[in-house]
Amino acid sequence: MMLCKLSLKNIKKSIKDYAIYFFTLILGISIFYVFNALESQTVLMDVSSSTRDIIKLMMTIVSSVSVFVSFVLGFLIIYASRFLMKRRSKEFGIYLTLGISKRKISMILFLETLFIGILSLLVGLGLGIIASQIMSLLVANMFEANLTKFTFIFSASSAIKTIIYFSIMYLIVMIFNTLSVSKCKLIDLLNGAKTSEKVKLKNPYLCIIIFIIAVIVLGKAYHMVTAEFLTLQEVDDIIKPIIMGVISTFLIFWSLSGLILRIVQSIKRYYYKGLNSFTLRQFSSKINTTVFGTTIICLMLFVTICLLSSCLTIKNSMNKNIRELAPVDAMFSQNINMNKNYEYYKNYGYNDLQIKNSNYTAKEMFELYNFDITSYFKNYIEVNTYATKDLTMNNTLGSLLDYVRTNFPFLAYDTMETIMKISDYNKVAKFYGIDEYFLNDNQYMIVADFNSMVEIRNIALKNKEQISLFGHTLNPKYENCQDGFLEMSSNHINTGIILVPDNVIDEDYLFKNYLIGNYKTSDKNEIIKIENSINELDKSSKTKEYLLPIGTTKLSIKEATVGLSAMVTFIGLYLGIIFLISSAAILGLKELSESSDNKERFKMLRKIGVSEKMINKALFRQILIFFMLPLILAIIHSIFGIKFAIQILEVFGNEELLPSIIMTSIFLVLIYGGYFLITYNSSKNIIKERF
Amino acid sequence: MEKILEVKNIEKYYGNKSSLTKAIDGISFDIEKGEFVAIMGSSGSGKTTLLNLVSTIDKVTSGHILVECLDITKLKGEELNKFRREQLGFIFQDFNLLDTLTAYENIALSLAILNMPYKEIDEKVRKVAKELNILGVLEKYPYEMSGGEKQRVASARAVITNPKLILADEPTGALDSKSSKMLLEKFNYLNNDLGATILMVTHDAFTASYASRVIFIKDGKIFKEINRGDDNRKEFFDKIIDVVTLLGGDLNDAL
Repeated sequence: MMLCKLSLKNIKKSIKDYAIYFFTLILGISIFYVFNALESQTVLMDVSSSTRDIIKLMMTIVSSVSVFVSFVLGFLIIYASRFLMKRRSKEFGIYLTLGISKRKISMILFLETLFIGILSLLVGLGLGIIASQIMSLLVANMFEANLTKFTFIFSASSAIKTIIYFSIMYLIVMIFNTLSVSKCKLIDLLNGAKTSEKVKLKNPYLCIIIFIIAVIVLGKAYHMVTAEFLTLQEVDDIIKPIIMGVISTFLIFWSLSGLILRIVQSIKRYYYKGLNSFTLRQFSSKINTTVFGTTIICLMLFVTICLLSSCLTIKNSMNKNIRELAPVDAMFSQNINMNKNYEYYKNYGYNDLQIKNSNYTAKEMFELYNFDITSYFKNYIEVNTYATKDLTMNNTLGSLLDYVRTNFPFLAYDTMETIMKISDYNKVAKFYGIDEYFLNDNQYMIVADFNSMVEIRNIALKNKEQISLFGHTLNPKYENCQDGFLEMSSNHINTGIILVPDNVIDEDYLFKNYLIGNYKTSDKNEIIKIENSINELDKSSKTKEYLLPIGTTKLSIKEATVGLSAMVTFIGLYLGIIFLISSAAILGLKELSESSDNKERFKMLRKIGVSEKMINKALFRQILIFFMLPLILAIIHSIFGIKFAIQILEVFGNEELLPSIIMTSIFLVLIYGGYFLITYNSSKNIIKERF
Repeated sequence: MEKILEVKNIEKYYGNKSSLTKAIDGISFDIEKGEFVAIMGSSGSGKTTLLNLVSTIDKVTSGHILVECLDITKLKGEELNKFRREQLGFIFQDFNLLDTLTAYENIALSLAILNMPYKEIDEKVRKVAKELNILGVLEKYPYEMSGGEKQRVASARAVITNPKLILADEPTGALDSKSSKMLLEKFNYLNNDLGATILMVTHDAFTASYASRVIFIKDGKIFKEINRGDDNRKEFFDKIIDVVTLLGGDLNDAL
């Protein structure tokens, strides 16, 4: 009973002191709940079955990420509770001198953790439930579902999961606390706070040398992941710069901790101005002892920034791509003259009848199925593409084939190139609202938008490689691929279409026919109805003889993309926020754990007449530098990290970088800045007690 | 002589109506420029409270304290800090040096917060360090110094701003006898040769015997006051011991 009272009192006391600890616990719990409750928010939404599948996949990933997150949070909680233990060593010393046994002290701690655990779970879950209502708006927006009315959503499974995971974490904390109590000695506990700091200064020359080496190594690592990106082939190639980056980060902090003080000290006029000398010494003594920790925090921030900005980029780019790359409602393609490439189609699993009956356009084929597709269209166009075995990548690359082949051995050089009449392409371009082109006789050009392929093709175009087609010899009009596409898709995947003057084309080599159109209706439900009836055709027995046109519609692209982009966004947000919280919390706790030392120091300053304003300024600066140092290096890392990520994520598109960087900054300012302010205010409260 | 400090009938009560403790119960005295005054008393006699009131760390319940005719009991907030920064110098029993700063930086800090330019700071620090014989430890950190050295550094920090009044709270409390003697001789040097006015609180008769006047406090009231006059230190010490004996056993532990 007495123990119970004691521990409750302790909690009351520490709630004020350790706002950060509780803040972190509550934040961690509510975020854990919110993301694990995502599925329940989508249950009420009216989404298609393909989107539903993606949601299922997303939840599986969220679950496994949650295990990882629980490790991170568990580490954080143990770390935090050890700090609390350290700060309270004197209190435990007094208990021991009073004759309270170690077992009972462990019991007090056990009860404290229990109370804190229950309290934080209650508050955290409460907050999480509120936050998930707001989250459901975001979810609805992501999946482009209509949220007709507000429904209160509570996910029991997520709540139970949160409780179980955090209970395990608290249990581990209890074990750790008990262990550290049983190991401690009374004399250390009582004297713990008194040991005055020993200032060790590093050799400045060594610091300068190490700093220079670290910067060079880091520069090399940056270079490897950006400029030398195309030479990266194996996993080892990526791990090497990462290891280099980690080590040089550590060395930079190690050498900086020795250098900053020296440098500023040499500017005497600045160093001996107001409390500058004090602030700098405070900072340097702290960074000296926390080089390792600062390195970890810097790296975590780096991962956070890259994660948030690239996942948001993917999302933004995907949405932008749809607007750009799916400009019309529907497109149907129909293979023609399949018998000309009998082997090719046979390998794909088409039967002989289908291959034989392949001289209909898409429109004609629909008519054959008694389906008047054009009656649903407000407007439509029909265009053709051509292909011949005589024009493959082998031919377009011309004399540069061997050079390209050695550098890019993985390309399929024997695939037939897609050829289009310039007039047909311009018809499409006009319909899509993209750039139209003009060609003279004996000229050709390539439109493509898949960057890696564009680069390869440009090598040949720059070299003015001629191509010969149906007895004509053609020269490239441009030295570069031009932007453009024919098939609608969610990404930039046009690897190249060769545009030639109309008179060059031999109609015998007709390859595909396209029917592209806009529906009369813009109502989503009616469009679904139309597309369902098209899909119904697939059940007809005619499909064994006559191949149905392959349809790509804006709606289907949208649905696939929306699901994927939502998945990437949520998982990126989840991990990013957890990392951000962790690093900010560690910094804050570190700062606060030293506030008892600081308290003594600030007390001395007050006694010699330093004003409150100056003290607050010094404290603010001290904490600001402590928070900013790892962030600055992390931002520098991120500039290169994001560049690297962009190249990896090229398929998804990377056009929309700026908004996602802005969003990331907002997250950073809110969470990191929030922790900074809480730390500053808590420290101010701790040192405020006058004399 | 010019009066530096006038303490006028001050009282300091702690607690509430039901249990009132009179830490200071009507004390009045003056200190003139260039005096070295010791305040003696046993634990709980109110001597530290008195020092805290003079140093504006604590506030009086009633009465007035005037430093050069300025009533410091009326000062508030920033005025108090400014007063403390510019008019007072502090020396504490536990030195109160900042452990992260070197001796030089510790001393320089009290000038830096007055926004003095570096050139002047450097000049002054070297001068006072020479006077207090601590030139050799200027680049050391507190943990590398002996207690005596630390206290002399603290004294240097206290006198460097040229304060009207130096307040010393048990300055020899944490020192061995040799260091104590050396420190007190430096106090005499500051007092006689540099004209510093010192108010020192102590319970040690030996320490008090370096002063020019000793005020004895018991239960928050002035018990007795003796002047050194023309006595040498030994004779003055004997006089102090007499009063201590008169005060009763309370102070015996101090010997």
